Amino acid sequence: MSDPQIEGLQLKPGFKGMSEDTGSDQTMFKGVHWGKAMMWIFLLSDTFVFSCFLISYMKGRGSTLVDWPYPSEVFALHVGGVSVPLLLIAIMTFVLITSSGTMALAVKYGYEKNRKMCGWLVLATALGGLTFVGMQAFEWTKLIEEGVRPWENPFGAAQFGSFFFMITGFHGTHVSIGVIFLFIYAYKVFAGHYENGGKRGWFTTMKGDYVEIEILGLYWHFVDLVWVFIFAFFYLW
Amino acid sequence: MSDEYDNNKSYQAQSSETMGGSAPASPDMDYVRPAETPDQELYHGHSFITKWVFCQDAKVIGVQYFLTAVFTGIVGLILSWLMRLQLGFPGAAGFMTAEHYYQFVTMHGMIMVVYFLTALFLGGFGNYLIPLMVGARDMVFPYVNMISFWMFFIAVAVLMASFFVPGGPTGAGWTLYPPQTILPGTPGAGMGILLMLVSLSLFVIGFTMGGLNYLITILQARTRGMTLMRMPLTVWGIFTATVLAMLAFPALLVSAIMMTLDKILGTSFFMPTILQAGEVLEYGGGSPILFQHLFWFFGHPEVYIVALPAFGIVSDLISVHSRKNIFGYRMMVWAIVGIGALSFFVWAHHMYVSGMNPWFGFFFATTTLIIAVPTAMKVYNWILTLWRGNIRLNTVMLWCLGFIVTFVNGGITGIFLGNVSVDVPLSDTYFVIAHFHMVMGIAPLMVIMGAVYHWFPLVSGKFLDEKLGKWHFWLTFLGAYSIYFPMHYLGFIGVPRRYFEMYDSPYMTSAVGMNEFISMAAFIVGAAQFILIYNIIRTLKVGKKAGQNPWKANSLEWLTSTVPPEHGNFGERLPVVHRWPYDFSVPGAKDDFITQTTPPSEVVHTEVEKT
Ligand code: HEM
Ligand SMILES: [Cu+2]
Repeated sequence: MSDPQIEGLQLKPGFKGMSEDTGSDQTMFKGVHWGKAMMWIFLLSDTFVFSCFLISYMKGRGSTLVDWPYPSEVFALHVGGVSVPLLLIAIMTFVLITSSGTMALAVKYGYEKNRKMCGWLVLATALGGLTFVGMQAFEWTKLIEEGVRPWENPFGAAQFGSFFFMITGFHGTHVSIGVIFLFIYAYKVFAGHYENGGKRGWFTTMKGDYVEIEILGLYWHFVDLVWVFIFAFFYLW
Repeated sequence: MSDEYDNNKSYQAQSSETMGGSAPASPDMDYVRPAETPDQELYHGHSFITKWVFCQDAKVIGVQYFLTAVFTGIVGLILSWLMRLQLGFPGAAGFMTAEHYYQFVTMHGMIMVVYFLTALFLGGFGNYLIPLMVGARDMVFPYVNMISFWMFFIAVAVLMASFFVPGGPTGAGWTLYPPQTILPGTPGAGMGILLMLVSLSLFVIGFTMGGLNYLITILQARTRGMTLMRMPLTVWGIFTATVLAMLAFPALLVSAIMMTLDKILGTSFFMPTILQAGEVLEYGGGSPILFQHLFWFFGHPEVYIVALPAFGIVSDLISVHSRKNIFGYRMMVWAIVGIGALSFFVWAHHMYVSGMNPWFGFFFATTTLIIAVPTAMKVYNWILTLWRGNIRLNTVMLWCLGFIVTFVNGGITGIFLGNVSVDVPLSDTYFVIAHFHMVMGIAPLMVIMGAVYHWFPLVSGKFLDEKLGKWHFWLTFLGAYSIYFPMHYLGFIGVPRRYFEMYDSPYMTSAVGMNEFISMAAFIVGAAQFILIYNIIRTLKVGKKAGQNPWKANSLEWLTSTVPPEHGNFGERLPVVHRWPYDFSVPGAKDDFITQTTPPSEVVHTEVEKT
């Protein structure tokens, strides 16, 4: 992206220039929309939430006396008589990462004011997210049928069930919230709320702008990134 | 956007630029580059509901936060009375059992720290002052801001509801340490603890919404000319505290979620294998120490979430009321930021007796003592600001002086407790109670009081009564010392905290009189707070009119179009800032203050510094 154009201000090069610009008046991040800055800071805070969860998981896994179950067995699917480790989770991860790609394209088309393309891509992202949530529900069902519960686990340490359901549940809630908003925003894009100067939102005086798609995109990419960590910690460790 | 300045090319407002002392006046020198973003449009409420209840004006939201927090504070105060009644005169409060005492200790602690002080400083002062001080029309997301308050309101309602459920509120201590917190035998281990955890989670969610507002308003919505290094220290304090809160509350949220699951689903995140009355419980394999780490990763920054806004506010009050610029402004800013950053590396100093590795204790003792350095710098700077100032010894200044003394006192005992070998024998005694009440109870409270007397003329347009104010101050100050000074001694002789009654244990025989004295003082101090409430009611009726900028201060909140400021704060045009808010008693200037909006061309013949 190119540097923002700000009347009466030349951004200066180098470290000193950067510190002068950040310390200058009015805004710290030049040309950055309020909502976008807000989303970044929210995500920073949310990063701490997930970090606390994952660090607790490490500590919990380290301090329990019972053996931890083997992920390659617990998370295997039986396809045509053979047990394929991590099959479902590979597909889930693939779907989610792909939806990050469609989201990024949606942002691009949004800024190009290509309403149709942007709308379809947001919708595609929403469907990708929905697929992910569906497959996660399937995985939960399978584990529950095999007897894994938040408080007990036939394959080993009870904490496995506790952390697994809590952390994937918390992440899944994030994905579900994202999916709901993706559907709402797909509707808003198609309905032209961001065209011709934008339509005012509900109870606010701010006008719609395609930057909202980018903000939603930030959230969506974050949720995907967190998934990569959860994937590594639960399925590969 | 203004046109008269637009014709100029080169000058940008930069805090570090120098302009040469006595240059002749030229229109060029007043140039401030045009606004980057168009003026914020506001949603003006028209009905009573949208104007006063679900209001989107940060000032009204600030007052709502303030009043709700004060309500919880009064509940906390009444609980402290009941505790002191029991401690000073065992059995005098006939209904009180040991269970009640634990519940009161817990609710008192949690209410005072989270629902009273945090909400008051960030929600109350933050909302009211940030937009005014940085020259914004409102918070950047007024709607989210409104939701933030109502979330807080629900959190308070849930917390208060726990007094009325079967089993009563939780009695686990404000630290909520598992495993006992959720096991039978602890008062309120059923509904009480659940409501507490739900309330805390709601508080965190509500605070996050408000916090994002405070941060983005400060970062992205300042007025023309308001550089970072021209912001009042109040804003710096609230800003840094909000950053801490955004990074520390996640740990509280996560531990609350995990404990809720332990409680209702029977998971064992924090629960080890437990024998109860000869039977092994279902729980097993979890780590209670993990909770302590999570809790204190939140809990220590929390101390600074309360302290940093107080530091910032008191700096501004001292500067205005001693008519001098704040000594070492940049040092003050960096000290706030540095303390904030360091506060994430000291949490385990609350866990010296948890059985952790001694090298861990060594590490955390070191970081704890390092924090004393920027903190001491701030204290020196306050004193140097007062040094040879033209001090107005009014109520506001008295509270500030009271703060400095109390804070130094609490800080010194903090250095005791930061060292492992000193802390181990003092841990869980009244020495600790005395320490943290001094440093994070009474000291920030003094700043709140000073701030109320200082900004009341802005909020209501009338001066609080000075005579009543002085009574209020002296009773509180001397009373607080009478309460907490003897407690240091009680700690030294080993009186443990969180005890319902000492019966006739050996050290108590000598301390009975002292406990009675402390309790009497506590009743008086508590009652003295109602002087303020009376003062406010009286002032609203018959108070002296204050008018514009009654303290002759420089910062933008005093330069609004009307007093009290209307929705939108600054009338037609936003103010344009040319300097920091601390130009007091500048040699050569016609008044002893130069407001932030005074353009350089009006003060060329003075010795004003370029800021
Ligand atoms: C009139 C003012 C106050 C009085 C008389 C008072 C009195 C007390 C008493 C008697 C205890 C219990 C001691 C024990 O048995 O362990 C206590 C605990 C506590 N107080 Fe205060 N207090 C006051 C104000 C405050 C304020 C402003 C704060 C805010 C930081 C505060 C925070 C706490 C905390 C965190 C605890 C520990 C609770 C626990 O052990 O779980 N108090 N206070
Ligand atoms: Cu601490």
